[in-house]
Amino acid sequence: MPDTPPRVALFVTCLVDLFRPAVGFAAVKLLEAAGCIVEVPRAQTCCGQPAYNSGDRRDAKAIARQVLAAFEGYDYIVAPSGSCTGMLRIHYPELFADEPEMLPRIRRLAERCWELVSFLVDVGGISAVAAERQGTVTYHDACSGLRELGVKQQPRELLASVAGLRLVELAGAEVCCGFGGTFCVKYPAISDKMVSDKAADIAATGAGAVLAGDLGCLMNIAGKLSRLGHRIETRHVAEVLAGMTAAVPAIGAPADGL
Amino acid sequence: MSEAREAILGRVREALGRGPVPADTAAQLEQRLSTHRRNLVPRRAAVLDPAGRVELFVAMAEEVQTTVARVASRDAVPEAVARYLASENLPAELVMAPDPVLDDFPWAERPLLHIRRGRAEPGDAVGLTPCFAAIAETGTLMLLSGAERPTTINFLPDTHIVIVGADQVVASYEDGWDRLRARAGTSGAQAMPRTVNFVTGPSRTGDIEQRIQLGAHGPRRLHIILVEDEGRTEDAQTGASR
Amino acid sequence: MQPTSDTFPENARAGLANDTLQQALAMARTGFPLRRAQAVARLPEFEALREAGKAIKDHTLAHLDFYLEKWERNVIAAGGQVHWARTAEEARAIVLGLCRAVDARTVTKGKSMVAEEIGLNDHLEANGITPVETDLGEYIIQLRHEPPSHIIAPAIHLVKEQVADTFRGAHGALDPARPLTEPRQLCDEARDVLRPQFLAADVGITGANFLVAETGSSIIVTNEGNGDLTQTLPRVHIVMASLEKVVPTLEDATTLLRLLARSATGQEFSTYTTVSTGPRRAGDRDGPEQYHVVLLDNGRSKMLGSEFQPMLRCIRCAACMNHCPVYAAVGGHAYGWVYPGPMGAVLTPSLIGIEKAGHLPNASTFCGRCESVCPMKIPLPAMMRHWREREFAQRLSPPAYRSGLRLWAWIARRPALYHALAGLASRALGWAGARRGRFRSLPLAAGWTAVRDMPAPQGRSFHALWAGHQAAARRQ
Repeated sequence: MPDTPPRVALFVTCLVDLFRPAVGFAAVKLLEAAGCIVEVPRAQTCCGQPAYNSGDRRDAKAIARQVLAAFEGYDYIVAPSGSCTGMLRIHYPELFADEPEMLPRIRRLAERCWELVSFLVDVGGISAVAAERQGTVTYHDACSGLRELGVKQQPRELLASVAGLRLVELAGAEVCCGFGGTFCVKYPAISDKMVSDKAADIAATGAGAVLAGDLGCLMNIAGKLSRLGHRIETRHVAEVLAGMTAAVPAIGAPADGL
Repeated sequence: MSEAREAILGRVREALGRGPVPADTAAQLEQRLSTHRRNLVPRRAAVLDPAGRVELFVAMAEEVQTTVARVASRDAVPEAVARYLASENLPAELVMAPDPVLDDFPWAERPLLHIRRGRAEPGDAVGLTPCFAAIAETGTLMLLSGAERPTTINFLPDTHIVIVGADQVVASYEDGWDRLRARAGTSGAQAMPRTVNFVTGPSRTGDIEQRIQLGAHGPRRLHIILVEDEGRTEDAQTGASR
Repeated sequence: MQPTSDTFPENARAGLANDTLQQALAMARTGFPLRRAQAVARLPEFEALREAGKAIKDHTLAHLDFYLEKWERNVIAAGGQVHWARTAEEARAIVLGLCRAVDARTVTKGKSMVAEEIGLNDHLEANGITPVETDLGEYIIQLRHEPPSHIIAPAIHLVKEQVADTFRGAHGALDPARPLTEPRQLCDEARDVLRPQFLAADVGITGANFLVAETGSSIIVTNEGNGDLTQTLPRVHIVMASLEKVVPTLEDATTLLRLLARSATGQEFSTYTTVSTGPRRAGDRDGPEQYHVVLLDNGRSKMLGSEFQPMLRCIRCAACMNHCPVYAAVGGHAYGWVYPGPMGAVLTPSLIGIEKAGHLPNASTFCGRCESVCPMKIPLPAMMRHWREREFAQRLSPPAYRSGLRLWAWIARRPALYHALAGLASRALGWAGARRGRFRSLPLAAGWTAVRDMPAPQGRSFHALWAGHQAAARRQ
């Protein structure tokens, strides 16, 4: 990290905002522990990915312009989501390929966008966290983070530093869970097959919890594990790394635990 | 049909936003063709010396269920053929490519080995051919068709025996192409026989439940007799012997 | 083959409910990726070769007219003939004409997706000529009157018991007592039945993995050797090839061949890679007397110069569908036409129209696994997205879906409104779901809750909590 603390804007993501603020707070805690000054621009809503992936470039661009306006001045923009970060970092420049006058600003924004865990390790130089959690976990590699952003070793490196925690690798860790944003709504039967296979793989590890870096995947997986009657906790990896798992029940779990 | 030809070429040019390729570009493209420069060639075999290449060729060939018998000299070949057929419980008869390169082995020393020179016929159980080159990179045989090298021998009989000289082992397919062009003394269509077969192991299929079965339509057995001291298994058409 | 891509959702559901299909897919789903990964690990230059392969194809496509003309001149110099076909119909007519010219009665066929694309078999049969598929997988599905479900393993959707039943039904000479329980036995039976067909055929038709401009050659790749018997034994050899198959030199073809088998089956090299140039030469004792190439456009020229041009780099290895979780769930027939999986999702709308094939580029999570294994680095998800853009512009998506998305975008562009609604929604749902932490059913989310629970929100939105957090911090 540079000598003056970097100003980091948190890109909350719509799912974290609506469903699980704890992930946002965990992200803030981790970023501040890494020496960042964290701000949360108020004028943020969505990254525009639903519109973009549905072929609605016009709406996607309009939302992107809003994101640009809200986040332009920061040293870094960090999101606890591989798919939203992928949208900002990889797809915004593509979105504005036909507007050369916008491109320099968009590119400057894009190159400062980071997925949370990748930011901590690759930019922050963090190699360990102070958290503790007894038990075995397994890890699902969410597709965008993995393939668009190269997030693979970083969460494993930090999880290895969590006292008392044992990581069991998931068979098919890199296979899609079937969420895919609107896909799970458009093709529910196929999505169900994919998440069922994922749930079976998770159960086969014997782990007490499954972690990942994207809330969409996590809600999909948690919902399926719960419907199948598995007593396996589902959490965002940030919650574990920030040592905040006591503060909030696992995803989809009742207040008194599974 | 030439109407279709003009229409298709026209559509291609229109899609690419231009008319026919301009003369200077065409010259560059012609140059690219006549130079036929190698693209990236894996180091795997290229870094080896000739002996190392032979070892790699044998290892890669055996990996794909080719069997390899190594003999010291061409004198030992007919016996090696007879022994192989006996060990596989096959009758001592075969169809042999009429290639003169195969004349100069002491076949007469094995009078019970019945040899017919010619193309393969449906009843033939065993075929024997020379090869043009042996590619160490993947244990692949390079076989050229010709008047004296009917390709039916490579495919119709259940068992295919190939005589390979150690000096025919090259590192890469690109080495094989260079040898072919050198043999022909030219490039382009004129350099090519009707067929160049690259054969890597016996015939197989995984079409039923992805379980590999050998002998799908082509030979069930591919057996190489590798002559170490060689020599003179070079294609007769070069007229060269080493 | 009549497309059924427009009923993809129903096809997919049928595939999901088909237990033998699911059994067959389970075998393929882990095998192919494992073997490919092993082959890739063994070749340090693999990544560099992908880049080289992409460059070769891009260069060729940019000068496609030049290379096609060059290739054609060399085919003719070698004694072959080239027949240009704009459409499937023209191609069918050409093949029929060539077969009739030699009074062909039976035709053996090596595997050709282009032949499937133009519906060649049905056309030949309708005109009194019997086509016999010789690739084992193609042969099996020909007997079953099914289309291929995979571009290199056409019968991948079957288990061995189904193959045995098919043979028993179709092979008249088959002794009922002969065991057909193991793949070995099935393979031997097919070999015995097809050998006389190879020998009797008047015409042999193959596809082409590549055409080589430098020499006027065509290249086929098989493991069985059926392609070679098909093209060597009959009097006439017809090659079915589409425009984009051409590459400049033998060296270029070699580079692509290094990528092909490794990407397809994890083999170092396919068993038989055959480079054919023209008919038999004077003095040859075997080989066809005639060598013809039917060169097909059928929509490729339209893809050139468009955002779909990268799809023309495809070398038909099937790595994409071997790694696709959607293909692994539903199988190839669900896609409804010749080309399944990710490459089918991009190519099919180009060939039969987005109106008929609209589901295919939509049935993807954009997980990106296909692109990551494509030897030619084709940006498959991006091109599927381009199809979605065209559908959106043409208003082809379901109206409810479209207006839902536009509403979401409208709200998202109004942060104050968005935050107010988000705050309300998280409170309401959070309160409703607080006790259990999840919903077993939820109005408006029936598709989701039919098969999985919906986790309940925490109860306050992040922005609301953060505002409170900031206010408390300021008070200190």
